[in-house]
Amino acid sequence: MEDTFLFVVLTLDAMLRVATPLILCAMAGLFSERSGIVDISLEGKMLVAAFTSATVAALTGSPWLALFAGVSMATMMSLIHGFACITHNGNQVVSGVAINIIASGLTAVLGNAWFHRGGQTPSLPSEARFMPIELPFAEAAGSIPIIGTIYKEMISGHNGLVYVAIAMVLITWWVIYRTRFGLRLRAVGENPQAVDTAGISVAWLRYRAVLICGLLTGIAGTYLAIAQNASFVRDMTAGQGYIALAALIFGKWKPWHALGACLMFGLLDAVAIRMQGVSVQLIGEMPVQLIQTMPYILTVVLLAGFIGKAIAPKAIGIPYVKER
Amino acid sequence: MKFLLKVVAVGAMLLTTFGASAAEFKPAVVFDMGGKFDKSFNQSVFAGVEKFRKETGIKYREFEVTNETQREQALRKMAQRGHSPIIGVGFAQAPAIKDIATEYPDLKFAIIDSVVDLPNVQSYIFKEQEGSYLVGVLAAMASKTGKVGYIGGMDIPMIRAFGCGYEQGARMANPNIEVIHNMTGSTPSAWNDPGRGSELSKGQFDRGVDVIYAAAGGTGVGVYQAAKDSGKLAIGVDSNQNHLHPGTMLTSMLKRVDVAAYNTFKSAMDGTWKAGIYNLGLKEDGVGWALDEHNRALITPAMEAKVEQIRADIIAGKIAVHDYRTDNKCPK
Repeated sequence: MEDTFLFVVLTLDAMLRVATPLILCAMAGLFSERSGIVDISLEGKMLVAAFTSATVAALTGSPWLALFAGVSMATMMSLIHGFACITHNGNQVVSGVAINIIASGLTAVLGNAWFHRGGQTPSLPSEARFMPIELPFAEAAGSIPIIGTIYKEMISGHNGLVYVAIAMVLITWWVIYRTRFGLRLRAVGENPQAVDTAGISVAWLRYRAVLICGLLTGIAGTYLAIAQNASFVRDMTAGQGYIALAALIFGKWKPWHALGACLMFGLLDAVAIRMQGVSVQLIGEMPVQLIQTMPYILTVVLLAGFIGKAIAPKAIGIPYVKER
Repeated sequence: MKFLLKVVAVGAMLLTTFGASAAEFKPAVVFDMGGKFDKSFNQSVFAGVEKFRKETGIKYREFEVTNETQREQALRKMAQRGHSPIIGVGFAQAPAIKDIATEYPDLKFAIIDSVVDLPNVQSYIFKEQEGSYLVGVLAAMASKTGKVGYIGGMDIPMIRAFGCGYEQGARMANPNIEVIHNMTGSTPSAWNDPGRGSELSKGQFDRGVDVIYAAAGGTGVGVYQAAKDSGKLAIGVDSNQNHLHPGTMLTSMLKRVDVAAYNTFKSAMDGTWKAGIYNLGLKEDGVGWALDEHNRALITPAMEAKVEQIRADIIAGKIAVHDYRTDNKCPK
């Protein structure tokens, strides 16, 4: 019983670690898509941020400078996306794909040219990374049954960016639903003409949305490169940007729902990792391949039966033109 | 018109001379997914061909496969350009090597980690189970919890053979040991996923494991990092990876693909190249374990003596290490 409980808590602990980049990316996508800009370039921006932060951390040894650099580069990519889609009314999907391809190629080429390690950056020492933080009283609380164990094993001992990600969901909810900016942002994604008629600049609103999107993907990428891992590896995002996008749609473009979807993906991944090689009663040892497809099978099942219709912001993907 | 003909004739002559000089000695190598700097398997081959280049001054052409469809294209391009010998790195290149070696019977090919039975192909395979057996012994002796872990890359019989040899060795050193096996994935991206490697390791540490052996290419980087962060021990693979994190790298299972690659180039240059299947084990020094200044402090004299004894026993045939690939089973 004790063991099972600890197993569950440790799995949830792993869930938080795995879900962090997904949560950050999903919130990033939420800002962008709620304003009417489709963003499939989450993946690319995250990759650029991961590379930049790993590079800066390797050169300067400071995780804070690295975070700043990662966020700046991701924001710049965001601005390129915005420039193509908002200023020039370009196709948002095409621009997003282009950014993904640029990111994948550029990071590998620059990494190879600068470090001569096939696109990898040098391994970072602990000082140059975001390391786990022990929350106060974690050690002492560990002796209290159940609550203490949960506090010590699951809540304490993550690196700072994990807590940032959770806080970001709350902030996103507050900004989107409780501020004037949020109201306008939602409006511009549903009916930009109305916003324009009210005398508010559609372009400026959307630019602010993609800037926030860049900021959040920058944090996500930094987390991957210098908190979860200790170096950049070619294509290290491994499709997580797309999973985050799926979680966003899964969560009907709402912060708490999206958080739930991200945590679900994280949990399934964490369970899949721990289920490997363990014999299950009646079934026996499950094959690796089956375990690894589980998250995706479940996604299809949930989407088909339980989630209901996901309704996208009405003006999503349509460039805003004042007059036809 | 005559002038034109002359030009054409001269041009043709020039071309033939170029062709002749180009046919001298042009070795090539095609690395596999993971890339030549994976700090492991591909990098070991890279070290081998680099050694050849430094010694002889002969340049080789190389290609890094980043996508499954590129393997055959890359090998074909090398063959069209008249490169010989061409080394295909990794089992996944075997089908492509087979096709292209049939089409270009005059060129020499080599395949590492698989067998292609053609008169112009050298096949290098290794008895990974024997080397893994040795590091398994070390892992069991170093473990304080009585639990050791194994993390493989892509789920294929060869990678299972690593884990199986490791488990046999661990059991031999400590019959009560518990060995936990994990595979990173079932697609080639499993060779280059350090994030997942790190997560898998943390999962094993949570279950009480304190020594992990990773045979997973670039994914291993994440495993070794996680071991360092948690203060646990890890065992490297293919290349000597002890230097990555001195103090937490217990040892490395060496697979001398560098020697295989070097010998292919060298023998082809000297004219002693021979096609056939080379199955390299402890006896041929094709596999082994690494002891250097980075892990000296972790290996006690008792461990060293025991593992050397077992090594001698395997070479003498007193200990038979089961190969997973023969029956797709691992004896318990």
